[in-house]
Amino acid sequence: MAELQLKGVEKTYGNGFKAVHGINLDVQEGEFMVLVGPSGCAKSTTLRMIAGLETITGGEIRIGENVVNDLVPGKRGIAMVFQNYALYPHMKVRRNLGFGLQLRGKPKDEIATATDEVSEILEIEKLLDRLPKQLSGGQAQRVAVGRALIKHPDVFLFDEPLSNLDAKLRAAMRVRITDLHKRLKAEGRPATVVYVTHDQVEAMTMGDRICVMKDGHIMQVADPVTLYERPANAFVAGFIGMPEMNLVPAVLTRGIGAQLTLDGQTVEAGDDLARRLYIQDGPVTLGIRPQHLGVVPAGSPNSLTGTVANIEFMGHEVNLHAKVGNAPFVAVVPSEQFDRNTQRGDRVGLTVSGSHAHVFDVSSGENVSLKGALN
Amino acid sequence: MAAITDIPVAKSPEPPTAIELKHRRQALRSSILRYGLLTIVGLIMIYPLIWLIGASFKTNAEMFSSAGFWPKEPTLSGYIEGWQTSTPYTFGKFFVNTLWIIIPKTIGTAISCTLVAYGFARFEFPGKKFLFATVIATLLLPNVVTRIPQYLLFRDIGWLDSFLPLWVPSALAGDAFFVFMVIQFLRAIPRDMEEAARVDGATTLQTLIYIVVPMLMPALISVCLFQFMWTMNDFLGPLIYISSVEKYPVSLALKLSIDTTEAFAWNQILAMSVLALAPSLIVFFMAQKYFIEGISSGGVKG
Repeated sequence: MAELQLKGVEKTYGNGFKAVHGINLDVQEGEFMVLVGPSGCAKSTTLRMIAGLETITGGEIRIGENVVNDLVPGKRGIAMVFQNYALYPHMKVRRNLGFGLQLRGKPKDEIATATDEVSEILEIEKLLDRLPKQLSGGQAQRVAVGRALIKHPDVFLFDEPLSNLDAKLRAAMRVRITDLHKRLKAEGRPATVVYVTHDQVEAMTMGDRICVMKDGHIMQVADPVTLYERPANAFVAGFIGMPEMNLVPAVLTRGIGAQLTLDGQTVEAGDDLARRLYIQDGPVTLGIRPQHLGVVPAGSPNSLTGTVANIEFMGHEVNLHAKVGNAPFVAVVPSEQFDRNTQRGDRVGLTVSGSHAHVFDVSSGENVSLKGALN
Repeated sequence: MAAITDIPVAKSPEPPTAIELKHRRQALRSSILRYGLLTIVGLIMIYPLIWLIGASFKTNAEMFSSAGFWPKEPTLSGYIEGWQTSTPYTFGKFFVNTLWIIIPKTIGTAISCTLVAYGFARFEFPGKKFLFATVIATLLLPNVVTRIPQYLLFRDIGWLDSFLPLWVPSALAGDAFFVFMVIQFLRAIPRDMEEAARVDGATTLQTLIYIVVPMLMPALISVCLFQFMWTMNDFLGPLIYISSVEKYPVSLALKLSIDTTEAFAWNQILAMSVLALAPSLIVFFMAQKYFIEGISSGGVKG
């Protein structure tokens, strides 16, 4: 096991398109790092560069002590699990698992022992004599994980491994992979993992730390809680969390506390927000999670008055879509607290919880309300 | 008595209604018509072949007296005399000659096409586009155009009257069609398996041998089959390059019987034609499953 370092790694394609813009990332030994971002953000390219399946056009990749820029994938001490499993279709599961060791010239009995050990961990003993086409999606994915595990690599790379599975199986596999990671750690051989996904649920539940990417840049690297509570910029704020954080233009004025004005209505956001700000008065982007918006009768003190645009009943909670002027808001209200008589077109009041609100710079998107916060 | 499974049997105890009976009669009539027509057309197509086999057992005298395929006085003399030939060699010698061309040619084609196609389908190298265009261009070139330059070339190397000009070009991926076919097949195979092999530590050659070739098998079997059949049937190539009778392959040897002064012994020619057809047919039926799979390729699951 080893740590993984990316220093100023760049990727420019032959046609001049720059996919990765000099990213820096340190993955600690035994850490579970998730790369997440929308499609086209170069997260898979980054993973493939670590694997050696893509060349890098600038910077340095280090695994442990070694710079691996120019090493072939097989010499980098990595193992990779692919999105569509990529099992060798003409080999039985047993041979699929042992192929890597076989290439390294390991003796047969050693391969057999390793195969048995891995298949026991992943509960695929009964599948060893099957061909990949005789496996279900979940089984094939377990074999693919086994093929990585058997090599005892320094770094595990996962490329959207669960996206071909149905929702239920995906949840089960998620737990299985995190359990496996913990188990290896407990057994004293911690596994360094880089896991690519576009699914924020996977990212939040699996990662020790999460690296949010956009257009070949790293937007923020942090643990799930920090990412959720203190997003570094409007992109991360909007990307993490369901439903998305409300990001609306507002005007900030600071008096005793901090006043936010939008659509001609002003609300007092309180001292807590004021203390966190490092920005002059003026236009800003207000960020507030749907869970932190209160729904009150229209005209209540210190509330924004809006019009109900849509109501989505989700079971345990209700998503209330409302418009304040032209700014769309979503509020999540527990079902039992929701006034069932509310109709589309009704007037409602929305209260902003100042201690949970974020303020972003309009042009850079940077979060300017993190002063005094840890980190 | 067993029921015919395709025709749904009414489960209800009531007898079928008049309309149901009418529909069933119509369905029966239309299928009789369809299959009848197909059988007739099929027979017309295959009749020359059936006639050929029948006629090979006829006497020379009977051959052109009736169009029927069943010999009145079946005889093996066509086979026996035809096998002896009018040369010092038996037909067996000619079959062996054919094999000496086919075996290196087929194996060489399979290996060389795989290597070339793998290169074109999976690697980036300078001049790739130009080279690929060249390969495809040779595909479009009429064979006739290259005959004379090729002949002169092989004459200068001293390969005339040997099997070499017949198989060496193909064994060096000279048949652009096969290269193209394998490339198209390879393009349909996702690269993930090869990438997985590289991550597993395989070199390029190991990846090719352990991963790519097994997945290419259907295409390679098709390539071998085509090459086998086309070589077996090739007449012009041997005619141009082989001059001594002891090196004649089957296709030329058949013509030999016509050339001789004996009044055309048609039954011998036909008998030997049947034998000449046999290898292609046997190989085709043995590999039919893969052959069809190869032709209808493209749908390779990831």
